[in-house]
Amino acid sequence: MSELAVPKPEPEAKQASLWKDAFHTMRRRPDVIIALVILLFVFAMAAFPALFTDKSPTRCIGREARQRPDTWFRGEHPLGTDAFGCDFAATIVHGTRPTIVLALTVIVLAVLIGLVLGMLAGYYGGWLDAVISRMLDVFIVVPLLLGAILLLSLFRGRGSSGNVIETVAPAAIALTIFGWMEFCRYVRAATIETKNLDYVVAARCLGAKDRRIMFRHILPNAIIPVTAVVPTTIGAIIVTESALAVLGIGVQPPATSWGVLLSNGTQWAGGGYIYLFGLPLLLLVLTVFAFATFGDALRDALDPKLR
Amino acid sequence: MADTIRVAGDTLPGADMNASLLEVDGLRVDFTVRRKRIPAVRGASFTLDQGTTLAIVGESGSGKSVTSQAIMGILDSPPGHITGGEVRLRGVDLLQQDEETKRTVRANHIAMVFQDALSALNPLWSVGFQIGELYRVHRGTSRKDAKQKAIELLDLVGIPDAKNRIGHYPHQFSGGMRQRVMIAMALALDPEVLIADEPTTALDVTVQAQIMRLLKKIQQERNMGLILITHDLGVVADVADDVAVMYAGEIVEQASIHDTFARPAHPYTKALLRAIPRVDTVGRELEVIRGLPPNPASLPSGCPFHPRCWAVEPKKCSSEVPPFEPVADDHRSRCHFAKEVYRDER
Repeated sequence: MSELAVPKPEPEAKQASLWKDAFHTMRRRPDVIIALVILLFVFAMAAFPALFTDKSPTRCIGREARQRPDTWFRGEHPLGTDAFGCDFAATIVHGTRPTIVLALTVIVLAVLIGLVLGMLAGYYGGWLDAVISRMLDVFIVVPLLLGAILLLSLFRGRGSSGNVIETVAPAAIALTIFGWMEFCRYVRAATIETKNLDYVVAARCLGAKDRRIMFRHILPNAIIPVTAVVPTTIGAIIVTESALAVLGIGVQPPATSWGVLLSNGTQWAGGGYIYLFGLPLLLLVLTVFAFATFGDALRDALDPKLR
Repeated sequence: MADTIRVAGDTLPGADMNASLLEVDGLRVDFTVRRKRIPAVRGASFTLDQGTTLAIVGESGSGKSVTSQAIMGILDSPPGHITGGEVRLRGVDLLQQDEETKRTVRANHIAMVFQDALSALNPLWSVGFQIGELYRVHRGTSRKDAKQKAIELLDLVGIPDAKNRIGHYPHQFSGGMRQRVMIAMALALDPEVLIADEPTTALDVTVQAQIMRLLKKIQQERNMGLILITHDLGVVADVADDVAVMYAGEIVEQASIHDTFARPAHPYTKALLRAIPRVDTVGRELEVIRGLPPNPASLPSGCPFHPRCWAVEPKKCSSEVPPFEPVADDHRSRCHFAKEVYRDER
């Protein structure tokens, strides 16, 4: 209105963009920087294993088996060798790619399935909600290992050709089929909560279609609780994959993954070879920490509701 | 502004431009609660002409918000059901239209301003994006042009420095500014009818006056029909042309704003007016209306206002439902003693 004095916009106080703000907030947090370094390290190992080791993980010499790591991580085998005489550093480095590919594939697929089903169930309700919710109950009730054994019978005996997709496919499918329920529940609950909020009703008043309401107004809100569980779920996927490795439907040999190393390592951890178990576990813990810290910080920085 | 050329597909099929802008005729809305039908609106009728402002006044639970939701077609169903009546926009009964037509009517022809702008704006998108989206979706405008339109609108509703405010999020605005953004959004597609549901309840008194003046100004500039829903007669006094007073799901009195204030013809309206604090009653105890609004599930017999009425004639009022009859030109009241109340004899 005219009686309001218009403040002169100051040129230097130009409105920073959302991403710029987010970057500034995150740059000031040391934990975020540590997390970023760890993530970069892990992704670099997955992308360029040759940068970190010049040995082949498949070149194993029996008489060099179970050499403990050198005190100062020097020499022929800086991280020692495993039960079959393979260089352990090379094994870990080359196991990173299948691990990361598996974890990211499963998380993306599971979140997608959970989002779509959860949003449909929450938004439309009625019989669609009933069908999806009961299906969800069924999948929660079937134990993962039982379901995995059923799937195992489909894939058993198929060796891998070294292609990373083929290597992780059986484990990825099994973990996705039994991994979407948690996301679906969160999204369904958030959708039901959001769909009656004033701004969703307002959007409908302004002639928005169902699909637009779902994607523009409900999805960005429903995804917030999901982002909180994603990092820990990534850790859980890697650990669960080690259980599948015991059954033989984990990552297919000759390729390895951290999960396979964890499951192999447990056999030797008690016998004085704790590094075979401890090193993959340490990497796993660090990676999960990094994902969790980074995800948390990103959400804090980007969500205008928390400002 | 009213003569803006309408984009093809924007006009309502079958619309008769000579018919009244918005006619609500015998609207009935029931709510089903535990298999019981509870009437929320019991035959509300009113007409809104182009370029006029109608205030619907009533206590909480009198059915005024449900009426506006039914007009907008955003009634929660279930539990709400429209069980009768017509809502005619330029002669076209909106209640008979399919979902797609109803969707285009919203925003293009009838838009709504909500009570609490903070919750009615999506916190996750900038206001410019939210306003621009309307142009992009309904008009197919490009991103750049939509942004320009949004700046123009924010300017129109009196947001200073609109060009830089466009990228801000709802939480970065004060309550009054947020309500202006909300009004800008409702105006985006140039509707003919604007419904404002308690637009100033969440605001400071000084800001209330500004927002009311803004609504009035825009209504006159664009020659729109404006429906103001409020529980505060004082707020509407200088903006409304006509007043409809609702009680227990019915319109109990309808008249021009001047007549309503000068010569109310229903005991309820009279009591409402007496309950407004005035300068000349300073120091005296404020008058109140005894009792509570009736429970719509078990309405009193006869006139629903009779248990709280100060002019009651026990036998007649508790047994006979009063008719809605004129006491003067364009002044109707639903009271057995409307004429006496009107002449101030009761």
